Amino acid sequence: MEKHITAPLDDKTVEELKIGDYVYITGTIYTARDAAHKRMYEALLRKEELPFDVRNNIIYYMGPSPAREGRPIGSAGPTTATRMDKYTPSLLDIGLKGMIGKGKRRKDVKDSMIKNKAVYFAAVGGAGAILSKSIRESEVIAYDDLGTEAIRRLYVEDFPVIVVIDSNGNDLYEINTAD
Amino acid sequence: MRDINVNEITQNIKEMCIEATHFLTDDMKEALYSSEKNETSPLGKQILCQLEENLDIAGNDMIPICQDTGMAVVFMDIGQEVHFTGGLLEDAVNKGVRQGYIEGYLRKSVVSDPIIRKNTEDNTPAVIHYNIVSGDNVKITIAPKGFGSENMSKIYMLKPADGIEGVKDAIINTVKEAGPNACPPMVVGVGIGGTFEKCALLAKKALLRRVNMHSDIEYVAELEKEMLIKINDLGIGPGGLGGSTTAFAVNIETYATHIAGLPVAVNICCHVNRHSMRII
Repeated sequence: MEKHITAPLDDKTVEELKIGDYVYITGTIYTARDAAHKRMYEALLRKEELPFDVRNNIIYYMGPSPAREGRPIGSAGPTTATRMDKYTPSLLDIGLKGMIGKGKRRKDVKDSMIKNKAVYFAAVGGAGAILSKSIRESEVIAYDDLGTEAIRRLYVEDFPVIVVIDSNGNDLYEINTAD
Repeated sequence: MRDINVNEITQNIKEMCIEATHFLTDDMKEALYSSEKNETSPLGKQILCQLEENLDIAGNDMIPICQDTGMAVVFMDIGQEVHFTGGLLEDAVNKGVRQGYIEGYLRKSVVSDPIIRKNTEDNTPAVIHYNIVSGDNVKITIAPKGFGSENMSKIYMLKPADGIEGVKDAIINTVKEAGPNACPPMVVGVGIGGTFEKCALLAKKALLRRVNMHSDIEYVAELEKEMLIKINDLGIGPGGLGGSTTAFAVNIETYATHIAGLPVAVNICCHVNRHSMRII
């Protein structure tokens, strides 16, 4: 089913999303990948504040290529979400509602998604040029020293994703490859 | 003896890094277009169409096909009649990579140490494989390798008794486990034989072969065809979201090995199987 939603998310929107839905997201989302997740996770352990309030927000697992002049961003497709699994339940526990990436998630992440009512979307891996066209604004807001791995705030318009794991823990990847 | 100034190597490598990350070779493009026509899943077809459009945008607007513009793997086949002048060859290669990644707006994805993990900010060093061949030319092949698929690659030290069935299981299990993480449709490079490191290199080289060409060795060509059918029957599909296109090709290279061993390496590449080749 095709749906248009806005970011940040709310519980009602999240609960209505089902696996296989083709979703267009408009609004503000944040990027973070391996190194930024490690830093945020360590900050939480030290009970420090995170660089942005993750409550109701979507994190896009993405590290872009540099922008050419006059463009907000370079190539901007998803990276493998599996590598963020170690850090994800702690972020879901403090209110993260959505994640955009590609690839499988661990069981403890799915359990935490059910508990905290969150959704995992896949963007098409390796489609960074076309995906960059839906990103209107991009600004580094933290961890600038990490280069492509810095945290960015993005404004996206009709950013195309597919619901892969919904808030009931259904997993589209598993359904497709069931023996 | 033929003198080649290493500045020529630098210039070519710079251009090839940019070329490879924005344009795919014709055989890869044809594989994408023909699989889109034959894909049975509507969502799979939609994703393949998105990848076709992505390729057009990449070339027209000079935006890298994928943001992971990879670690630069460089194969240098050097004729033994060549004499390099003007500096160290390795420095010239890395200089070309540095210039290509900075001037071409490519992502800097290399860290200087695997544990300390500080970004080198120019995507160097490259991984360079030298091979001495006959003649007075230099053949340079650049294959910027993304790590979504590299992370899903595997080496198996099988035993002779495992035989060809063991090899088949190794290939299928690796692809199954890779699933959506490796950005399917994939190209599957397989190396069989040699030693631990030789089979890995064979698998990497197998990814450079055209995807519409089979091995010259009859049983290997048959194995390539059989594996492709079995992989596409897994149902992983484009983006791992289901469908009949999980791989474009299975390319297998073989080499002599030891009486006690049967090494097998499976190097997975995503649908952005990039490479650029030039002869100087």
